[in-house]
Amino acid sequence: MANVASTTASAGSELTARALREAVFSGLITLGLFVLFVGLKSDQNIRNELILNQRWSLLAIFVVVAMVGRFLMVAYAQPWLAQRKAVKAAAPEVAKEESFFSRNFSKIAILALVLYPPVIIALFGVQGSLKWVDNFGVQILIYVMLAWGLNIVVGLAGLLDLGYVAFYAVGAYSYALLSSYFGLSFWVLLPVAGLLAACWGVVLGFPVLRLRGDYLAIVTLAFGEIIRLVLINWTEVTKGTFGVSGIAKATLFGIKFDASKDGFAALMGLPLSSAYYKIFLFYLILGLALLTAFVTIRLRRMPVGRAWEALREDEIACRSLGINTTTTKLTAFATGAMFGGFAGSFFAVRQGFVSPESFVFLESAVILAIVVLGGMGSLTGIFVAAVVMIGGTEILRELTFLKMIFGPNFTPELYRMLIFGLAMVVVMVWKPRGFVGSREPTAFLRERKAVSGSFTKEGHG
Amino acid sequence: MTFETNTMTKDPILKVEHLSMRFGGLMAINDFSFEAARGDITALIGPNGAGKTTVFNCITGFYKPTMGMITMRQKSGDEFLLERLPDFEITKRAKVARTFQNIRMFSGMTVLENLLVAQHNKLMQASGYTVLGLLGFPTYRQAAKDSTELARHWLEKASLIDRADDPAGDLPYGAQRRLEIARAMCTGPELLCLDEPAAGLNPRESHALNELLQSIRAETGTSILLIEHDMSVVMEISDHVVVLEYGQKISDGNPDFVKNDPRVIAAYLGVEDEEVEEVIEQIVEIESEHGGTQQ
Repeated sequence: MANVASTTASAGSELTARALREAVFSGLITLGLFVLFVGLKSDQNIRNELILNQRWSLLAIFVVVAMVGRFLMVAYAQPWLAQRKAVKAAAPEVAKEESFFSRNFSKIAILALVLYPPVIIALFGVQGSLKWVDNFGVQILIYVMLAWGLNIVVGLAGLLDLGYVAFYAVGAYSYALLSSYFGLSFWVLLPVAGLLAACWGVVLGFPVLRLRGDYLAIVTLAFGEIIRLVLINWTEVTKGTFGVSGIAKATLFGIKFDASKDGFAALMGLPLSSAYYKIFLFYLILGLALLTAFVTIRLRRMPVGRAWEALREDEIACRSLGINTTTTKLTAFATGAMFGGFAGSFFAVRQGFVSPESFVFLESAVILAIVVLGGMGSLTGIFVAAVVMIGGTEILRELTFLKMIFGPNFTPELYRMLIFGLAMVVVMVWKPRGFVGSREPTAFLRERKAVSGSFTKEGHG
Repeated sequence: MTFETNTMTKDPILKVEHLSMRFGGLMAINDFSFEAARGDITALIGPNGAGKTTVFNCITGFYKPTMGMITMRQKSGDEFLLERLPDFEITKRAKVARTFQNIRMFSGMTVLENLLVAQHNKLMQASGYTVLGLLGFPTYRQAAKDSTELARHWLEKASLIDRADDPAGDLPYGAQRRLEIARAMCTGPELLCLDEPAAGLNPRESHALNELLQSIRAETGTSILLIEHDMSVVMEISDHVVVLEYGQKISDGNPDFVKNDPRVIAAYLGVEDEEVEEVIEQIVEIESEHGGTQQ
């Protein structure tokens, strides 16, 4: 026993000695590197003479930080990592019983979303809930729905679409224009907007059927820009960059959300507040998003969904099995576009105002980034990615304490894209296939085993 | 010794007439004709670069031939001119299925899913082009169950049943070859075209493949057309062998005849300079014997 204790003790002291040695070395290297950069600073004095400022204390801080960092790295971080790796290797996924939470993630998530508005009202009051339901809930769910829609095209069929926002725009303008010119209600126009977007999906699909990969991406990108430019320049109909404003609100079975005596608040005997409309919108987009998920799950188990995935895996093999790849691609574009159209008409009814500003390429890129981050094809992964990405950028607005550190001119929102990009790099290094890299098979004989991401292909156009 | 060129096959399932395929200045196939009889295993052999795979691609619609006619006659008597059909309709309507020289599977889908994708057209109809299936009509549920049963049948035949729920990309090479054949059979073909099914297989696997092909023919009556380099496979299982060299047919007959045909031997083994004359003499002899049937 004493023997063992002494060997561990000697190993420990050896490690400390090595850490100290390496710390000294790195201190020396830092000193050598920074002695001219930091230690000495040339400056001009009041008579325009060149003088040399000596900043030894700053240099000392640099060196100390490097030494302490190296010491901690060698003495504690590296052994800890090695130990964790060894433990992982020793126990190779034997008892990998999934926890209750991860097994029932989708059910728990849906329940949490349904209970979200009442909980928020209980916590922050009716007026206080506005920000949390609208900025966080509705905003995130719009992106969840868009990303789920794009997932059909990119994740399942493997067709890289950089112009998805075009269908979002078609949906939004369909509702905005048809309701303001013809006075039709939201519930009539919701399916109409979806159908129109699906039509445009087919219109885009036809010319790009022959294209693959990068070429397909460029053409879809151009398509997105064309739609936006038409919206800007067709001023007689779309009012150009001014946008369409005063778009009618949605109603709940004919009940309006306004101050009239037939309004929702009056009928329910509640105090007048715009929060009720926002909560109604929250449930509306939740319903639409769940519809998207339901249809996607259903479609994956149908021949058309399997054909989409087969198309992503190998198009030539698909053709050799008698699958009409033309119609298969077109249905993927149309279905994806339809959900984009639904989301667009919801966007119009929520904002009450649409302008081409909302449908720039950046939106397409963000939606695509969510799909890629979440793991192509996985609804759960995409949901998590949307919450992290959109919720994360919204939270930046809340971080007012940063103003105290960086000064009053600091606006954290401006760093949105920087952080977005940084997060993407981190996730892609850590999980190259997105949050959920594996694929759930659509049919099984004995047991359902997830297909590892290393077998699935990303599609080639 | 019978030279069977241009002898009319009794009941041809596939008739290729004067097929030519030109890629720019290269004549890959030059006036190639042959017939495959119903229920036969027909082998198409030839040295590397002879144009075998090009013939396959013409038959299965992946290339449109420059010239020629390819006729598929089904059991029901329906005839299809394959050179006029788009590739997917050749499988869907003319019932010609194929496999590939370098295996093409849906590697990220499970073995079972691979076989279900192959039954796309049948299931598509059963699901009312997705609409009825989406609404949960029982017709689709029944069809889905039937297609799983069919898939199970072929998995058992190809001895892949134990791997049914594994991703296809995870299978060893020989199993992937068998999976490709099982997948092609799930489309319910009358003619199965196999592009080098035994390539890369060890002798045992190659023997198992022979048995699989024999049993496919015996049980379903599917005619088989195969390209092969492995002579043991060709000689053992095929009823009829067609030899192609530089895009032209050099021999056509039963395996024994082809094996002893001096042209085939010359094409495969090459000949020494002094032997060339000898070979040419033999060829002239044969041609005069048969009235110059070979053009």
